[in-house]
Amino acid sequence: MTGTDNRNTDGNTPLLAIRDLVVSFATDEGQRIRAIDGVCLDVKPGEILGIVGESGCGKSVTALSVMRLLPKPAGRIESGRIIFDNIDLAKLAPNRMRAYRGSRISMIFQEPMTALNPVHTVGRQLVEAVLLHKKNIGKKEAMSIAVEMLEMVGIPEPGRRMGEYPHQLSGGMRQRIMIAMALSCGPDLLIADEPTTALDVTVQAQILELIKRMQAGTGMSVIMITHDLGVIAETSSRVCVMYAGRIVETADVKTLFSSPAHPYTRGLLASIPRLGTRRKTRLPVIPGVVPSLSDLPPGCRFQNRCDRVMDICRSVPPEPTVVGTGHTAACHAIGM
Amino acid sequence: MQKSPFILEVKDLKKHFPIRGGLFFRRKGTVFAVDGVSFSLRRGETLGLVGESGCGKTTVGRCITWLYKPTSGTITYDGIDMAAIHGAGLRKIRKEVQMVFQDPFESLNPRHTVGHILEEPFIIHRIGNAQQRRRAVSRLLDRVGLPGSAMDRFPHEFSGGQRQRIGIARAIALSPKLLICDEPVSALDVSIQSQILNLLLDLQRESGFTCLFIAHDLAVVRHVSDWIAVMYLGQIVEYTDADTIYKAPLHPYTKALISAIPIPDPTAATHRQVLSGDLPSPSDPPQGCRFHTRCPFKVKMCEKTAPSLQPADTASSAPVHQVACHRAAELAQRQDKQPNLP
Repeated sequence: MTGTDNRNTDGNTPLLAIRDLVVSFATDEGQRIRAIDGVCLDVKPGEILGIVGESGCGKSVTALSVMRLLPKPAGRIESGRIIFDNIDLAKLAPNRMRAYRGSRISMIFQEPMTALNPVHTVGRQLVEAVLLHKKNIGKKEAMSIAVEMLEMVGIPEPGRRMGEYPHQLSGGMRQRIMIAMALSCGPDLLIADEPTTALDVTVQAQILELIKRMQAGTGMSVIMITHDLGVIAETSSRVCVMYAGRIVETADVKTLFSSPAHPYTRGLLASIPRLGTRRKTRLPVIPGVVPSLSDLPPGCRFQNRCDRVMDICRSVPPEPTVVGTGHTAACHAIGM
Repeated sequence: MQKSPFILEVKDLKKHFPIRGGLFFRRKGTVFAVDGVSFSLRRGETLGLVGESGCGKTTVGRCITWLYKPTSGTITYDGIDMAAIHGAGLRKIRKEVQMVFQDPFESLNPRHTVGHILEEPFIIHRIGNAQQRRRAVSRLLDRVGLPGSAMDRFPHEFSGGQRQRIGIARAIALSPKLLICDEPVSALDVSIQSQILNLLLDLQRESGFTCLFIAHDLAVVRHVSDWIAVMYLGQIVEYTDADTIYKAPLHPYTKALISAIPIPDPTAATHRQVLSGDLPSPSDPPQGCRFHTRCPFKVKMCEKTAPSLQPADTASSAPVHQVACHRAAELAQRQDKQPNLP
């Protein structure tokens, strides 16, 4: 497999390290707004890192920056580093990026129907992916690899499915095909961007099981991007919580759910209806709405919705503060 | 005449859609979207209708609001058969039965100001003069937690959650007796979802309307409902109160649905029953029990005979518990492992 030899096996060196990443987008009015502003995160070898946040918080933009798939020309990496295997992907020339994208870093998307080509059979698309990244094999061999992959992701009658078109398959099947395609080259890192959001809950359970099984089988790292804290709790070992373009809290999954430190994380955890809560009672809420990225307040971005807001929050943006081992939160109220 | 305790009674509702295609648009098949659904809705209470996409829950809602004409079956609203009513009578029902839609981006006219959108129900039903209507609109905005200045702005100037507030304001404008909410929070962000759920609960407490709450998220539905009906491929497979449904579910599909919900607690032990396979197409539902293709407990009989919704014969304390499963009693006795819920 590509990249197996120089794979990071040392548990302490991160496979992927993002430092102070700033990505901006051009608006119709000709301004540039920062979709993410100073994101730092590590992905360790063999872990599933969850990134959770609401729409517009920058979780997908972070993923697309790693893949160098930001929409052009609107999206641009302004500054920061994306270190993958000692190479800064943020500064890599587009043609050299191809050696990483798809073979060492793969991505699956929310809506598999838009990510698959509707006019080609599933088999042809899979074989194309295999041939593109493995230079010294023939078409026959690629075919058998593709069938094997389909079998591995739990598709019944893989031989027959190879000849079918994406529209003939259900949403769950399509997502399995996407996963097969993403894993066909044995990547070191899989980025899953809301992989189950478009699926029904019983099918979601199947796909999450599949991703966990494939991760355990190959030892790859996974970035699981979702808005669903339930999905995070079930899949991830560590979690980054994002809000309005920044990471507000990072912790291992048990710590995050048992002792969240940032007021946003706390509010989010409190506000979800659970099967055990008392019915027909008011849920705790985070008041207000996320500020617009084009009109951010100075200081903390959560200040207008925070129940612990202080004077300093209105002027100074909080830096990540250590709360415990491997647990940081960007909030002025911590330690006070 | 004694008023029935039920504001809405649905009996054996069926809605089939033709699939047309080819030369002269011939009928090629039928989608059995809703295929024999019966339930009653008590005044002032909330019934949650849950199920996965394609189970027919939205179609049920649209038949009740008369947006679809049912293929067969009866819908009785406040003692009146909906099929037999026209003209002024239908207008009265249209006033009393209102709907909140899933997508607050598509259900509001982008060219009308919020004031205009909210005034329209009053104009259509000829209520009040311009000044009174304007006052009513500003009261509505206040009730759903929007500033009075929203009146002169357009829907695109609002966020998703605020737009859903506008949609809710429009639905409650004429003080409806029955509110049909079709996935009202599923397009919204998590922190906004709870705001909208609270708003709906508050409004119901204030005005006492009856609610049919349609959604795919069992945790959300359970939170707002008194009763829950679980649908699968156009039929109700289980019906009981909202506490029993997750404490003592009987139908294998309900159990699988509950166990499939990702629990936001990493320490929770999951006894997940992952269902194999996908939802069969509603245009070609399986013979016998519709769930048998995915059921881990199916026997020969399930492939041939369709089970009907029967009162469950269990020792559980639930006063009303109906289930459509041949083996419900037997499986309940076996005390199958229940998923551990927080």
